[in-house]
This record gives sequence, C-alpha cells and structure tokens, in this order.
Amino acid sequence: MSLFEAFSGTANSLSGPLPDPTTDAGWSGDHPKRVGFFTDTSVCIGCKACEVACKEWNLVPDDGTDASDLYRLTGMSYDNTGDLGSSTWRHVAFIEDVRPHGSATAAHGGQQTGFLPAGLPAVHGGGNGHTPRDADTAPPGGGTVDLLSLLPDDGAHGQQTPDDERDVRWLMASDVCKHCTHAGCLDVCPTGALFRTEFGTVVVQDDICNGCGYCVPSCPYGVIDVRESDGGAHKCTLCYDRLGEGLEPACAKACPTNSIQFGDLDELQAAADARLAELHGRGVHEARLYGRDPDDGVGGDGAFFLLLDEPEVYGMPPDPIVTTRDLPEMWRNAALTAVGLGAAVVAAFWGGRR
Amino acid sequence: MGHDANTEMSERSGIDRDAVKPRRGRGRRGEELQVPEAEFRSYYGRPIIKAPVWKNPDVPLYLFLGGLAATSSGLGALGGATGRPTLRRTGRLAAAGGAIGGTVFLVHDLHRPSRFHHMLRVLKPTSPLSVGTWILSPFATFAAATAAAELTEPVLRGRGASTLAGLVRRAGGASGAASAVIGPALGTYTAVLFSNTAVPTWHEAHRILPVVFAGSAAAAGGGMGLVGASVRDNEPAARLGVAGAIVELVAGSSMERSLGLLGDVYHKGRAGTLMKASKACLAAGAVGTLLGRKRRWSAALSGLALMAGSALTRFGVFDAGIASANDPAHIVVPQRERLRQRQSTNETTQAPPDRAFA
Repeated sequence: MSLFEAFSGTANSLSGPLPDPTTDAGWSGDHPKRVGFFTDTSVCIGCKACEVACKEWNLVPDDGTDASDLYRLTGMSYDNTGDLGSSTWRHVAFIEDVRPHGSATAAHGGQQTGFLPAGLPAVHGGGNGHTPRDADTAPPGGGTVDLLSLLPDDGAHGQQTPDDERDVRWLMASDVCKHCTHAGCLDVCPTGALFRTEFGTVVVQDDICNGCGYCVPSCPYGVIDVRESDGGAHKCTLCYDRLGEGLEPACAKACPTNSIQFGDLDELQAAADARLAELHGRGVHEARLYGRDPDDGVGGDGAFFLLLDEPEVYGMPPDPIVTTRDLPEMWRNAALTAVGLGAAVVAAFWGGRR
Repeated sequence: MGHDANTEMSERSGIDRDAVKPRRGRGRRGEELQVPEAEFRSYYGRPIIKAPVWKNPDVPLYLFLGGLAATSSGLGALGGATGRPTLRRTGRLAAAGGAIGGTVFLVHDLHRPSRFHHMLRVLKPTSPLSVGTWILSPFATFAAATAAAELTEPVLRGRGASTLAGLVRRAGGASGAASAVIGPALGTYTAVLFSNTAVPTWHEAHRILPVVFAGSAAAAGGGMGLVGASVRDNEPAARLGVAGAIVELVAGSSMERSLGLLGDVYHKGRAGTLMKASKACLAAGAVGTLLGRKRRWSAALSGLALMAGSALTRFGVFDAGIASANDPAHIVVPQRERLRQRQSTNETTQAPPDRAFA
C-alpha cells in the first residue's frame, strides 16, 4: 500500500471483505491456501488438552495469572486460566448456564425443546451457602487444604444434578487468536515484527519486537499481550513451525473431540455452515457462527467459532471492528488540526511589536 | 527492563479486576444487585480487550513534552524573526528539551529499550507510532541543532569569532524554521496514536481528540513562553497560551459529553480528578495571563498554571483510556447497540449505518 493510499483512504485493504489477505500482504500468487481454525464449542468437553499441548509445543512459560490468589483459583467455574495473554495462547472458558427447570433445550441434553428465555435469569438463592473457593477459605497457617471440604456437601461431588428448580448447562469454549483478515495488531506494529505469513496467519517475530506494546490495545479481541519476563509481545502463531512441516497445530492435534478443527479456511467455512445447519435442524436454535462472516468489522477471522450463546458470554466482543478502518479519517483530521495549530502560532505574532 | 515491566504490568492489573465488578451476577453470587447503568452480559465481568501496557508517567509525560516542543519551536522561530530575543531563546531551548526529554521517555517506555532503533526499520502509514517516529526524529534533530546554535553563538562572539558566529546564527535560524514547520504535526499525531486503538474512550473520540491535544500543545508552549520570556517579548506566548487553554477547555468538555456512556471514565476515579484539576489550572492560567502578563512574576505563574493544565489533561486522557479498556461495559454495550441499529436499519433500508454509533 502506498503512502497516498493510506492517507487518502482509497486503500481497500484496511477494512471490508478481502478474499486473499496473503497476496495483499505482498506474497506472490502461488502461496499456500489460507489456513485457520474452526472451533466447534458444541462438542468441547473442557479437557484443556489444547491449553497443555500449546504450552508444551511452543515452550510457553507459566502465565502467572492471578498469582496473588492462593492456589490460583479464580472462582470462575473450572477456568483457572483466566484469559488469553502473552503466555496463554489457548484458553478454555467455562460458563455455568443456570436456568429454570424445564426450559432446557436439546443443547442442554434435556428432552424438551422450544422455549428459550431471551436472557439468563439471575441465580436467586441458587447457592448452597458456601462461600466461593478463593484465598479466604484457605486454612490459616499455610497448611494443606482439604479440597473436598470446599465442595458442596449436599449433592454428589462434581455431578451436575439440578436442584428442584434449575437446570445447569455447561458452555465450554477454547478461545484463540483470531488471525483476522484485517489484523489491528499487525497494522499498528511500528517495527514490522508482526507479519502475515504465507498461510495467511499473523505471527510475531520475536527477534524484531522491541516491546512498544502498541499491538496490545489495538487488538479488538484482547488476545496479544507483552510478556513480563522478556518484554516481548506474544500470541498464538497457529504453530507456524509445524505448518511449514505439513503438521497441524498442536492444539488441534491434541483435541480429543475434534472441537478444534484445522484446515484450509474455505473448507472449514463449508464444514461450519453444514454443522450449523445440522444443529439448527436438531432444534439447537441458539447455535451461531462467530467470526465466519467476511463482511464483519475485521473482514472475517482466520480462526472462527460455533457458539451456543452470545459472544460476550464467552468474553468475546459482539461486534469487533479493526481500529485502522477509521485511520485515514484520523490522519486527515490530525493533518487539518496541525495546519490550524501552525496558523495559531503565526497568528499569535499578528500586529508586530507591542 | 524486567523490573520496569513488572511494576507497570502489576499496576495495570491492579486497576482492572476489582474496580470492574460484574454488573450482572453471572456465575458469582451476591453481585447481581450491582446494576448501575446498562444491562449487559460478560464473562465473569472480566475485561474484553487488553489495557495498554504503556508506562505511566512515561507516555503521558511524552505527550506533554511533545506538545510543549511542538509549539515552542514555532514561538522560537517567529520570536527570532520578529526581534524578541528572550522568546526566541525560550522557544528554542524548550523545543529541544521537550523533544529530547520526550524521546528519552519514549525509549524508556519500551519493554525492550535496547531495541529502540527497530522503530527505524520501516515507515508504516498504518502505524501512528511509526509515522510519529519519523516526525519526532527529524524534529528532535533540528530542534537540538537550533538549541546548540542558540547556546554557542554568544560564546563564539565573545571570543571574537564573529564570522563563525554569523554562520552558526544562520544555521540555527534554518534548522529552527525546519523544526517549526514540523512542530504542529508532532503536536497532533499523538491523538491518532491514542485513537487508533480498540480502547473505546479513545477510539470513539477520534474526531475531536486532535483538537484537544492541539489546544493542550498551545497551552504548554504558550505557558513556557510566559515563564521564560521577558515582559517586553511575551505577548505572542500569552495569546497562544490563552487561545490554547480555551480550545482545550471547550474541546475537552465537548469530547466528554459526546462520548455518552463512554465518557463516564472522565467523571470518576483518578481520571476524573485529573481532568477537574486540569480545567482549574487552565482557567486560572488563562485568567492570570490576561490580567497579569505585564508583570514578570504573574506572567510566569500563569505560564506554569497553563503548563500544569496541559500536562494534567494528558495524564487524565491516559488514565481514562486504561479505565475504559478494563470495563467490559464499554465494549459490550456500544457494540450491542451498533448491532441493534444495523439490524433495525436493514429491515427498512439496505444501507448499513456502519459508524452510526459513537
């Protein structure tokens, strides 16, 4: 993209549908097809094998999430990872979806279908009197903790038996870098450390990154972050090293239920459309694809999802837009204002001496 | 390096988790009563985007110093051209000091400062930080050369090397003019730097933030001129400082209002306090300048107030952005509203109002 195009806003590569971001980034026409992930959360069992496989293969260090919390228990269901970050490139979210008995749909594993409340009811008195498991419940004196004593004692341990009045649906989803068609992190990187690979993915070159941190607030999904220990920005590489050898990424390889599917993006999109139609046909009307639409604010994601609730329930933005979509307008505004500022300085001298 | 990163990152994480409680009791008991404004859903009330890891005070101080240098270079150049030696000297020294100090803070802000020169590998128009690097680098070079000329010329003249002194004077005038031409860009590009992020309070203000920052730069440069220049020479600095303060006050208030829900971060917490203090300083500085420009001490005090107001604005805008990024409501509520508007528009017309929601 030329300077003129960027400043004038005539470049179409800042937002909107873009069939081939790889060629747009300067690769020759005979590059490999764009690859990606399709994460079908309807079959995720929350085993976190993806998290482990990612850490092992990529030698990602301890993330230190919530290190102030004893045992690093977040109180967020079985999610003690927290969120994606510089040292967490796959993150499994756990949502305990509690709703009135009898309102379950097929997605709950219930027999009834049909009624689905628009919003989630509040958990009125749903607790069983136990305080959340956090540092407050740790024994004084730093001894060992009897974890069993922290579990509810009026029900079977770990079993999802509903109370008389409520059903619980588990939502589990393995989140990852979206490898956007229009990647904000890549656009704003001032060193060229972030680049678009020949596979259409977005990768940080660690030997170039100088830790300026501009990519961090520019990601509309909150994926990339600067690692405290080495000062560099890190995120999912979609296992760039494995792709080069014809292997699939570690998380997809480890996923036991094929919730994480890797492949050419066009084939994944077709598979996702078929899966969505199948689920809708079975009455799971809350199923929806996220990041699949090339018309969305980031031009579609290289890693997209099948979700069973609104994206924000999983910690994802409902309508992300790449910030650089508005950049040409911002540059024009700033340039005009700069002219005004220069004129103001000159005008301050108007009228000569005294 | 590692220590700097640690302290800064812990400050960032200290701001979020506890300050941003879930507005709706998803998965946590006893918190569903907190429903201050709009209802929205989230993942345990956690932030959705990552707050900037930029260091405080490095980055807001850089914004202030860059703005100070931007207008000081113009005051220095024009002060020299119109026979105001004390304003020329003040402007030139402030331009160099601001540019060099700002550069030091920018490099210190990096989490790998020894690689600062990697900024010079590329020129990327899509990266305001890259464009800014290529604005700041020549500006700092010209401003430093100008200040060096300002300081060496009298020394040379005192030693009788008047030919050489004349050369230095002319070179200083040329580089001073160059820095004055680049200066306004240095004063406004930083608004693009902040706006071009996913931070809602910064991004949605992208139309007016350059005006706020330009006003802030004018107030800082004018204030510096009032502090350093003699009563005989300080009239342009007074005019610029007062105009900058008025623009900054008006544009800043307009920004806070037009942000709607996203403007709440300017009215609470540390950002709210900083913005209030900024307005007080700017108003006091402007009034003081109008009344007391012709007395040396009151001119200097007013100039200091203008500079303080300018700096406080930068710190306030910085803090507001951190708070905005850490609040999931700032992401979910506007984006939901945007989706809703798009849906309702699609039912009547075909044109999607893609940026209708501010």
